[in-house]
Amino acid sequence: MANLKEIRTRITSVKSTRQITAAMKMISAARLRKAQDLIVRLRPYAAKLREIMAQVSSVAGESDAGTPFARVTAPGRVLLVVVTSNRGLCGAFNTNVIRESVRVANEIYPEQRREGAIEILAIGRKGHDYLKKRDYTIFADKSDIFDNLSFESVSDLAGEIMERFVNGEFDRVEFVYNRFRNAAVQDLIYEPFLPVKAPDEVEADLITDYILEPDIAGIIRELIPRSLKIQFYQAILNSWVAEHGARMTSMHMATDNATSLISSLTLEYNKARQASITNQILEVVSGAEALKG
Amino acid sequence: MHIEIISPDKSFFKGEIKSVTVPGRKGEFQVLNDHAPIISTMGAGQVTVNTGSDVLLFDITGGVIEVLKNRIILLIEGTDNGS
Repeated sequence: MANLKEIRTRITSVKSTRQITAAMKMISAARLRKAQDLIVRLRPYAAKLREIMAQVSSVAGESDAGTPFARVTAPGRVLLVVVTSNRGLCGAFNTNVIRESVRVANEIYPEQRREGAIEILAIGRKGHDYLKKRDYTIFADKSDIFDNLSFESVSDLAGEIMERFVNGEFDRVEFVYNRFRNAAVQDLIYEPFLPVKAPDEVEADLITDYILEPDIAGIIRELIPRSLKIQFYQAILNSWVAEHGARMTSMHMATDNATSLISSLTLEYNKARQASITNQILEVVSGAEALKG
Repeated sequence: MHIEIISPDKSFFKGEIKSVTVPGRKGEFQVLNDHAPIISTMGAGQVTVNTGSDVLLFDITGGVIEVLKNRIILLIEGTDNGS
């Protein structure tokens, strides 16, 4: 049986670990709430924009195919936007994204992978470090976007990517990220960003006869880039919120594990203490017996 | 009539108003009660909201306005000084 002092030291060290993980859990919970707030505030804007797009494109019919963002060609050059986190200790959060990115590169775009025609836009240091080590072409590392996450900074980045797509530098732009479902659950998402899909259309009897200014084509020309930027922002925001959720959950589990470890160590400690007390009593008693003669 | 002014980052204003003037792409226009349904994009400029008791100004860099049955939705970008 391990000696008493050894067990006592272990209990102390597990206790302080538990204190740290509990504190980290609290921090993540606070950050989660703040980040969730951003998503909630974006939601009405995104929903309304989608509604307006649906209205306008229902009226436009076929004529909206002219947008440069809908250019479909053979996927010669692919840009994969890999959204991970800057810090670890959040369970399988980053591993999932990285594994999916590698799968996409090897299974969906094996030729591009061989020819180095698949590039990575890394958002989040963890994904960047992993993929760089494995000889992926890093198009850019935008991990610092999380330092001050706002629509403006994200929309600048999205604008740059969209321009490169229009110029023909990339033929496909796709996302791999975690979408926030609730604090404990993230959904791994792999979705195309460019070329754009046609927006949903509303049913014929729901179409309102709007005055459209300046004209249909003009509105669509303005709305599509705007909704793309929103889509980009939503992806990053989702990953940001999911990260805090994942960290909170994993820290919660670590705290629970520490607690159960402490209780089993305490049990072991008490057993050892009891054994040594019994031993000492035995010694005293047998000593006394021996003296009686 | 009811208006909602929202940007991707926050909601600026929500409530009953008398009129709103926006910098439409084809020129500035004002929306009063019972305006015909319209969807218009907006350029950079100033949105003026008259609530009846107060006048609110928002500087924007762009956006979209939708008016339908006395409900106005303003999706705007680039303002940080709604006053």
